[in-house]
Amino acid sequence: MSFMKLGAVSALAMMMATGGALAKSDIVVAMQLEPPHLDPTGGAAGAIDSVLYSNVFEGLTRFAADGSIIPGLAREWEISEDGLTYTFNLAEGVMFHDGTAMDAEDVKFSLDRARAEDSANAQKALFAGIEEVEVVDPTTVRVTLSEPDGNFLFNMAWGDAVIVAPESIENIKQQPVGTGAFKFANWVQGDNITLERNPDYWGTPAQLDNVTFKFISDPTAAFAAVMAEDVDVFTAFPAPENLPQFEADPRFEVIVGNTEGETILSTNNKMPPLDNVTVRKAIAHAINRQEIIDGAMFGLGTPIGTHFAPHHPDYVDLTGNSQYDPELAKELLAEAGFADGFTTTLKLPPPSYARRGGEIVASQLRAVGIETEISNLEWAQWLEQVFTGKDYGLTIVSHTEPMDINIYARPDYYFQYDNPDFQALMDELTRTTDPEARSALLKKAQTIISEDYVNGYLFQLATPTVAKAGVRGMWKDAPTQAVDLTGVYWEE
Amino acid sequence: MLRFAFKRLVSLGLSLVVASVVIFLFVEVVPGDPAAYMLGLNATEETLAALREQLGLSGTLAERYLSWVGGMLRGDFGTSYTYRTPVSEMIADRMWISLPLAIYALTLSTLIAFPAGIWAASKRGSAADVSVMGLTQLGVAIPNFWFAMLMVLVFAINLRWFSAGGFAGWEAGVYPAMKSLTLPAIALALPQASILARVMRSSLLDTLSEDFIRTARAKGLTKRQALWRHALRNALIPVLTIIGLQFSFLLAGAIIIENVFFLPGLGRLVFQAISARDLIVVESVVMLLVFAVIVVNFAVDIAYAAVDPRLRVRG
Repeated sequence: MSFMKLGAVSALAMMMATGGALAKSDIVVAMQLEPPHLDPTGGAAGAIDSVLYSNVFEGLTRFAADGSIIPGLAREWEISEDGLTYTFNLAEGVMFHDGTAMDAEDVKFSLDRARAEDSANAQKALFAGIEEVEVVDPTTVRVTLSEPDGNFLFNMAWGDAVIVAPESIENIKQQPVGTGAFKFANWVQGDNITLERNPDYWGTPAQLDNVTFKFISDPTAAFAAVMAEDVDVFTAFPAPENLPQFEADPRFEVIVGNTEGETILSTNNKMPPLDNVTVRKAIAHAINRQEIIDGAMFGLGTPIGTHFAPHHPDYVDLTGNSQYDPELAKELLAEAGFADGFTTTLKLPPPSYARRGGEIVASQLRAVGIETEISNLEWAQWLEQVFTGKDYGLTIVSHTEPMDINIYARPDYYFQYDNPDFQALMDELTRTTDPEARSALLKKAQTIISEDYVNGYLFQLATPTVAKAGVRGMWKDAPTQAVDLTGVYWEE
Repeated sequence: MLRFAFKRLVSLGLSLVVASVVIFLFVEVVPGDPAAYMLGLNATEETLAALREQLGLSGTLAERYLSWVGGMLRGDFGTSYTYRTPVSEMIADRMWISLPLAIYALTLSTLIAFPAGIWAASKRGSAADVSVMGLTQLGVAIPNFWFAMLMVLVFAINLRWFSAGGFAGWEAGVYPAMKSLTLPAIALALPQASILARVMRSSLLDTLSEDFIRTARAKGLTKRQALWRHALRNALIPVLTIIGLQFSFLLAGAIIIENVFFLPGLGRLVFQAISARDLIVVESVVMLLVFAVIVVNFAVDIAYAAVDPRLRVRG
């Protein structure tokens, strides 16, 4: 009886809570992983950017929802003839959340800090080309590069390049102070982070008053939280098998978008017999991508034939280079001297695309005579054995950094792909600023790695967002790992 | 009694030293570089080296062990690699969820188990006894995470009486906080209550067949009086043992339940820390849990002696 009473009281409390939410200026956004700390310039964890990018911190430039680069704190810029000098004009009257002004000194501080010797910036390479940062006047900053870099404006849009202030840098990991449309409010570690609207925002103010990011790692718990309407939005929903149920429910809306995540069967190009391009080509033809997408991802994902995002304007569809053709794969293996097949390792990190996809890939390879020894690794083990130790034959991983085809120019990268032509091409790309010439070079780069069969190219990772009906303005695609809420509102 | 307590205290200290060495070695030999984990796939070698230096990952094994133990003795548990906050603060924060949850579950479990066990024992062989035994059999057999999901389905998704998980926070008030711990506590308590009820029943039945109970009955006490006045206290020894074990289990073993209800407790902290190679957090939390288990066992030993004077001599 008392239990029933408890139930009735809590039902009442729930109704009151829902009543409060009818004003619809608050939102609860759930995601799987919690940021380890709140400094986007000092860690690789994507969750840091998910919470803070554009919401709390802003850079000189920024990613728009479609992946294009648009002005951020720098409203306009001028590039010198030789492509070496960028002069940025900063927005006027920008204040950090602690009330201090954001000016050219802060920009200089941020960029110099990121490229300093003792910098712990996870993407330090973004700043490697910077020779000097000069303050011209409070709203003008001049960046000189050591050589022309056509990627520079793109690089400055990353979460790792946001502008921070020397006054608040000490405690940034716990108390992030940025210039964005939301201010950091509170962090209950292990449970949630709350942001509130910044009333003094320099640009278009946010429409939401309060934002709560909630962290729910277990897929079953994620399903329950959405069904019980504990959360309004779940980004990168971890259980794709449940999506049809949400789609059928008028209370919810499912938005499936693209990410920058090229999911590939990474191959150790120095491990025999995978150092033989014919063997790699055989593997590419042995793989049935659609079967992997259907079996491992419940149909979510776009087949790719190279290491490039299909939604990018410069993407070339090269899936034709590695059509599913097990007979051809067998012929190629015989040609390479492995008519009876061979055995290699397949080391899988924790995400379901890898674990489920790995089982399917293994059975597809077995069908053409290649045996794989599967081992399931944790991330830390994977980083040590595969990424750093290069002790692997095959692995499956999603490369989520945007525009990261240049990793193929690093011979010591874990693919161990060493092609001087490709490296020269990337150097040329860096030096080129003309958009059309860049586009041609990017297309050439995609073709080279596709025809060298460096890795098995599987699919572009999709990101499903489950939202309550009425939530508007969420990003559909994820050109960078961000949950930009500055344009989100409730439709009555 | 004092001598007994002292002897127990010495063995407590020794256990702690052994445990600290074992934990340290185990955690240190686990492969995986915390710095590599934190900086991801694009980090340069020099950034990794800079971060390792900042984290204090250099130095010999012995040096690091001594600085760890030395720090703990001063109450300094070190700084988390990933969160960059003092581990003691993190533990304290999480403790405010795990400890109340464990106490809540233990209270529920005891409140269910004692009456059920005593009732079943006093009506041995009756329909009541059979149904208690049957239900507790079921309670032991059902995995608590499955039961938890079932409760979420019924009470959170269908009836909407509770949230599906999460913790409201003590600053929101005692009622919302306790409410968010209710389903997890029930899920944790059910199997514990079943075990405890069965132990209570069988221990009580054993005692009821002892000579002194027959003597008490011969002196004219009713069966009921003999049970409450003489049998119960004597039957408590094994029950106390189980309660002690259960408390440690509830504190440390709630990892799965904390995941099902996404509660930010100690169990989930350890779970996250292990996968992120936040070694200092893992070491300190595990050490703390070992400490809690040993202290609870110590308290149970002392409680035995209080309940049963014979044990003071033997101890």
